[in-house]
Parts: sequence; structure tokens; C-alpha cells
Amino acid sequence: MIETPEPDLRRQAQPPSMTGSVATRVLGSIGLAAAAVMAILALWISPADAVQGDAVRLMYVHVPSIWVAYGGFALTAFASMRVLWRTRGGIGGTEGVIADRQARHWDRVAGAAAELGVMFTALTLVTGSLWGKVTWGSYWQWDARLTTTVLLFVTYLGYLALRRLPTESRARARRSAVMALIAVVNLPIVHYSVDWWRTLHQEASLSLGPGGDRNYTGEMYWTLLYSWATFTVVALWIGMHRYRVLRLEELAEEAALEELLSVRRGEHSSEPSESDR
Amino acid sequence: MWREIWLICRKDLTVERRARVTLIQIVPTVLLILVVFAFAFDANPSLLGAGAGGLFWVAVLFGTVLGAKRSFDIEAEGGNLDALRLGGLSPAAILWGKAAALAIQMAAVALCTAAGLVVLFSVTVSDWLLLVTAAVCGTAAFSICGCLYGAMTVGLRSADTLLPLLLIPVAAPVLLAGTRAFDVALGTSADQGWSWTALLAVVLVTYVAVGWAAAGPLLEDA
Repeated sequence: MIETPEPDLRRQAQPPSMTGSVATRVLGSIGLAAAAVMAILALWISPADAVQGDAVRLMYVHVPSIWVAYGGFALTAFASMRVLWRTRGGIGGTEGVIADRQARHWDRVAGAAAELGVMFTALTLVTGSLWGKVTWGSYWQWDARLTTTVLLFVTYLGYLALRRLPTESRARARRSAVMALIAVVNLPIVHYSVDWWRTLHQEASLSLGPGGDRNYTGEMYWTLLYSWATFTVVALWIGMHRYRVLRLEELAEEAALEELLSVRRGEHSSEPSESDR
Repeated sequence: MWREIWLICRKDLTVERRARVTLIQIVPTVLLILVVFAFAFDANPSLLGAGAGGLFWVAVLFGTVLGAKRSFDIEAEGGNLDALRLGGLSPAAILWGKAAALAIQMAAVALCTAAGLVVLFSVTVSDWLLLVTAAVCGTAAFSICGCLYGAMTVGLRSADTLLPLLLIPVAAPVLLAGTRAFDVALGTSADQGWSWTALLAVVLVTYVAVGWAAAGPLLEDA
């Protein structure tokens, strides 16, 4: 029989004191430098489009934003599956403690990724509206891609609202995990809406695969790819900080609860017992 | 399992038969939505006829929100859900029993809505098979999704306001596909009606799969 080593619960239980670390500082610095280079590429190096003119430069923010948002929502769904998997058993014993800790970890990942997704979807909608005003002459059109993107945005706002409800943490994690798995169904609908409906919105900017068409070529194509890489780094950086903020919030809640309990215990011990009366 | 599902379904239908909430509250509300939309579009017959498919699904969706809320309200009072669990019923049986009962009630709502469209908007049907298939798939999908979200919000203080916020955007794929299928069935569009019905079926299967996986986590914590 193979003996598994006893997990060191004390070491894992060390609480973080701040959200910054060497990794986040390095990532943040890379993200900042990459964003500066991206601004130069997008505003000066990349040429204006023959049809869209300078409005095409908005695409270097608009398109990578939605890609990062897709990634965030997909990560939310994956983390939610892990939450449901880790909470399928009981909560007692060493295994239960480890499973609970892992479930909390994946729950924080899901929450941080969903917040990122919502933030970048909002950025997509804002930049899309600005682009629409220049190109179509109005901030909004009842186009399939726009409408489904707004629905995706509202869906995940609802998810975040569900996460913020004051309820027991395990129940909240499981409920929001189920919602994330239902909500992720909207992702392919948003992405393929330009193919399924006749829309004003242009087709996918980049198509994967050997036969895929490109709406962008040359400097535009490489700037778009570079922008996506930059946005990914920035998103990772924000996501790591947000994950740690969620962890600190949990610790603050636990500390407040402990304090309340100790005050209550103190009150209880100071009350005269039946034998003293 | 099937016996337990039938038990819960019959219980909910019995409660409905006695209280008649669907009949005297939800159906009139849904019909009111049709009338209010007619006001909003200045009672323009051609505009209302063109949008009848979408209007049907919007009305049924609002009916589902009310029905799902009602379905879990009756369990939240007095800790009925705990009693059902303590009675040995599995979470999946409770969820599917309630979903089946809600689907039957929503089928009645859909029927009344369709009758309302025929009478108020003078719509004519060009493909009955497509219409009925899309209506069955869409209503079932709404009901399952409604039950999942009803279970998710049961017992929460802000459930009244949270349920529509959560349910309506998530049910959007059904709304979109159902509207397209109905537009073809009502002869207002020459689109691929059966492709949209197939999409409805895919969404329905997805909701069923999520429902099977999620019944335990949702109702154990409810």
C-alpha cells in the first residue's frame, strides 16, 4: 500500500498580507511596456484602413478585449466545474478540509475571471459604439452581434450579483458555479452570431485554420495579434491581483467572525453561572 | 426515480389546480403583455404581424419568470424543500418533477398566448409542424432553465428582483432561435426554420445536461 504524505495544512493556511508579489510586479511591468509599444504600433506604425480610415485603430482595443473576455468567461466555466467537483463530497475530515480549500480557490478563480470578462466586455461595447458612430453613423444598431454581446454582459452581471449575495460561502460557490455553466452557452452564440444572422457587424476578424479568411493583413494583422498578447498579459496581471483581493476579503470576513465569536464567548464567561447566583 | 418525479409533478399540479395562479394571474398577465405591445407599436397591424413570433416568446418568457418564482415560493414557505429531502426524495427528482409541472403550466400559457396572437394580431400559420415542434422545445427549455434559476434563488431575500435578471439573459438563445423558427412557421420569413428548431433542441439538451449535474448542488444548499 502506498502511503500518501500528510498535507501540511499550516503552511497552506498562511494568509497573504497584500496583493502584490514579485510575479505581479514583473507581469505588471511587462504589461505596461507592452501597452506603450502597442500604442505606438496602433497609432503610428499601423496604416489607416482604405474603407474605415483611422477608425480601424479602435479595433486594436475592441477585438482583443472581446477575446480576453471570452477567455475570462471560459476560465470561469472551467473553474466552476472544479468547484462542483471538489464540493461533491462531505465537508468533514482532512480530505474534506483540502477539498474545501481547493473549492474556495477555484471559486475565487471563477469570480476573478468573471469580473475580468465583464470588464473587457464593457470595454468591447464602448469601443464598438464609438467605432459604430464613426462608421455606421450611430452608437447603436440592433445587430445580432451587438445584441448578443449585451446579453452576455448582462448575464455575467447577474452572475456577479449572485456571487455578492450574503449567504453561506459553500452554497454561494455552488450556486454561482451552476450559473456559470449555464451562462457559458451564450459564448458560442455571440461568436457565431455574425455567421448565423445577416448582420451589419463584420465577420470574425481572424479565422483559424488553413482556409480561414483574414480581414486584416500585413502590419494590421501583426498589430492585432500583438494587441491581443498585450491585453492577455494585462488581464493576467489584473486577475492575479483580483484573486488575492478576494482571498483577503475572505480572510477579513473570517477574522471579523472570529472576533464576534470571541466577544460573545467573553460575554458568556463573564455572565454569572447558575451556581454563583 | 420516475415515480418520484411524477409524485412531485402531480403535487405541483394539484397545488395549481387548487390555487389556479397560472390560470387567473399568469395567463392574464401574458395576454396583457400582448395588448401593451400593441399600444407600444401604435396598433400597426403589419408591424405587429411581422413581430408576432418574437412577441410570443417574450410573453412566454415573462410567464416562465412568474411561474418559476411561484413554483419555488411554495416550497420556501415552512421549509417544504427540507421536508421533501427528509422524506427521501432525491434532489434530481424534485427538480425534474417541478420542471415537468412548470412545463405543463407553461404549455397552457403558450397555448393561450398563441390564441391571443391569432385573435388580436390576425396571424396565420403556414407550417404547423414547425410551429408546434419549436413551441414544445422552447417551452421545455424555458421551464428547465426557470426551475434551475428558481432553485438557485429560492430562500434568498432578493429573489424577487434577482430571478428576472438572471433568467432573462440566459434564456436569450431560446428567445432568439424560437423567434426565428416562429417567423418561418408564421410565413413572415423565408429563413431555415428547422435549423433554428435544431438549435432550440441543442439548447434544450444542454439545459437538461446541466440540470442533471446541478440538481444535487442546488437543492442540497437551498
